[in-house]
Amino acid sequence: MPKIIMGIESSCDETGVGLVRLHDDGAVELLADEVASSVDQHARFGGVVPEIASRAHMEAMVPTADRAFEKAGLKLSDVDAIAVTAGPGLSGALLVGVSAAKAYAAALGVPLYGVNHLAGHIAVDTLQHGPLPTPCLGLLVSGGHTQLLRIDDIASSITELGSTVDDAAGEAYDKVARVLGLPYPGGPPIDKAAKEGDPKAIAFPRGMTGPRDAKFDFSFSGLKTAVARWIEAAERRGDDIPVNDVAASFQEAVADVLTAKAVKAAKELGIDTMVISGGVAANSRLSGLAAERCEAAGITLRVPRPRLCTDNGAMIAALGAHVVAAGRPPSSLDLSANPALPVSVVSF
Amino acid sequence: MLVLALDTSTPAITAGVVQLDDTRLEVLAEQVTLNARAHGELLTPHLLEAVNAADITLAQLDAIVVGVGPGPFTGLRAGMATAAALGHALGIPVHPVCGLDAIAIQAEHGAPLLVATDARRREVYWAAYDAEARRVDGPHVDKPAELKPEAKTAAGEGAELYADVLGLEVIGPRFPSPAGLVAAARDSFGKEPEPLTPLYLRRPDAVEPTARKRVTA
Ligand SMILES: [Zn+2]
Repeated sequence: MPKIIMGIESSCDETGVGLVRLHDDGAVELLADEVASSVDQHARFGGVVPEIASRAHMEAMVPTADRAFEKAGLKLSDVDAIAVTAGPGLSGALLVGVSAAKAYAAALGVPLYGVNHLAGHIAVDTLQHGPLPTPCLGLLVSGGHTQLLRIDDIASSITELGSTVDDAAGEAYDKVARVLGLPYPGGPPIDKAAKEGDPKAIAFPRGMTGPRDAKFDFSFSGLKTAVARWIEAAERRGDDIPVNDVAASFQEAVADVLTAKAVKAAKELGIDTMVISGGVAANSRLSGLAAERCEAAGITLRVPRPRLCTDNGAMIAALGAHVVAAGRPPSSLDLSANPALPVSVVSF
Repeated sequence: MLVLALDTSTPAITAGVVQLDDTRLEVLAEQVTLNARAHGELLTPHLLEAVNAADITLAQLDAIVVGVGPGPFTGLRAGMATAAALGHALGIPVHPVCGLDAIAIQAEHGAPLLVATDARRREVYWAAYDAEARRVDGPHVDKPAELKPEAKTAAGEGAELYADVLGLEVIGPRFPSPAGLVAAARDSFGKEPEPLTPLYLRRPDAVEPTARKRVTA
C-alpha cells in the first residue's frame, strides 16, 4: 500500500510543509510543497535573526500545513507518517516544527520520524531524478551549510568528508553583497552582477587549497576579507568600484574551490554520481562549472530544480519516505531537537 | 464538554484534561513538571499521559485551551505550536488564554490582586485584577521596583521571587493550572476562538547594522 508522508521543516527562516507518496516500489512522488518565508523580515538585519524566525514559524506553521493538504487534495487523516527536521538548525526555530510535528503525530496516531536537515537536502533530489545510485557524493551549499558528503544509504549512512571551517558559502555571498551595496540575501544579486563582469578581473584567494590544508574542507572567511580589503583600497585611491567585476571574480573563486574539491573527492573515492543541493546550488556559475568539470571527469551530475534546493518541507517528507521504506525505527514523542545534529545521524 | 488545557509560559510544563458543564469544572487528570528547559521535549508526552489518566482519547476532546503568555519566548512557543497543531489535526477549536488571568482566577482573594510571573532579566510579567478577578491593567513587563500596585495581595512565581521588593502578601497559585486556564477561557467556549497570538511583550533582540564595518584597521 502506498503511504503518505508529511514533512515539516523549520530549521532556519522558511516554514515548510511537504507531502509525498511513497510507492510500494520505493519511488517517492511529490504531492505538495508549501513554504512560508520570513526572509523579508531579516533583510534589514543583513542575516537571519533567530527570534524573528521563530516567531514567524509559530504564525506560519498551521496555515502552511493547511495549504499543503489543500494543494495535494488530501485530508490530514490520510497521513501515514510524519517526518520533521530535528536538526541541525536554530534551536528556537526547530522547536516550533518539532512541537507541531509531535502534536500532529499524536493526534493522527501515526509514527513520527525526527530527521536530519542536511540529509533532506540530498534526499529531495529523488523527487526529481528518481532513486539515488550509491555511493554518491553530495555537495551541500547554502547560507547555513557548506559540506561534502559521502552517501552510502540515504536512509541510514551518510559520512561527512569535509565542511567549512568558518563561514558557509552563502554567508560569504551575503557579506560580499553588503560591501558591494547589493541587497540581502546576496546570492541572486551577485549572480546577476557577475554575469556582466569579468571573472578573471581580480585574482581573489582560493581558501584551503594549500598542500597542507585539509583536502575536503572549505574556508570562505579569507575570501570575504580579501574582497572587502580590495574594495577599501580602491575607495582610498578614489576609484569607482567595478561591482560587476568584483562580483564575477568573487563568484568564480567560490565556484572554483567548491567544484574542484567535490570532483577531486569523487575521483579519489571512485564515486561516479554527484548531487549538488542547498540554496547556493541555484547559482548559475556553480552549477555551470560543476557541469563542465563533472563531464570532463565522467561524473553524472544531479542538481534538483531551484525550488527544491532551498529549505522546504518536501525534502523532509522525501527523506522521511526513504527512512520509512528502509524500516528504520520511529522517534519517541519525547524527541527533542538537536541544533548541532551531525550529518551522520540521519534519523533518531 | 472535555477540554485539554496546556501551558508552557512559565517553568512549569502543564497539561490537563478538564470536564466542564454549566455549573461544574472538574479536573480529570493533570500532568505538570517543573523544568524550564524541557518544554519542547515533555509537553506531548504529558498531554498523552493526562488523556490516558482521564480515561479518554484525544478524539473525544471538544476544545483546547492554551496559555499564550506572557512568557519567555522559546518555551511559550512549544505549547502554542503543540496546541495549534493538535487543534488542526483534531478539528477542534483552540482558545487562547492570558496565563496571568489563569492565575488570578484561581487565587483566593476577593480583593484587588497583582499577578506577576518571572520574565527573567530581573523583570516580571504582571497584570492587576479587581476583586472579581477581572483584569484592570496589563499585561506588562517591568522591573518589580517600578510597580505601584494598588493591591495588598499578589500571586504568581514572580510575586514570590520579588516579595521583598513588592512588599505584598503572596498567595497561590504560582503557575497557571489546567483548572485556572479553563476557568479563564470559560466565556470563550462556543464562540469563534480569538487568534493564537503570543503575548511576547518584548521585541526580539536584534540590531540593524549601521555603516559598513571596516575590515582593515
Ligand atoms: Zn538548508
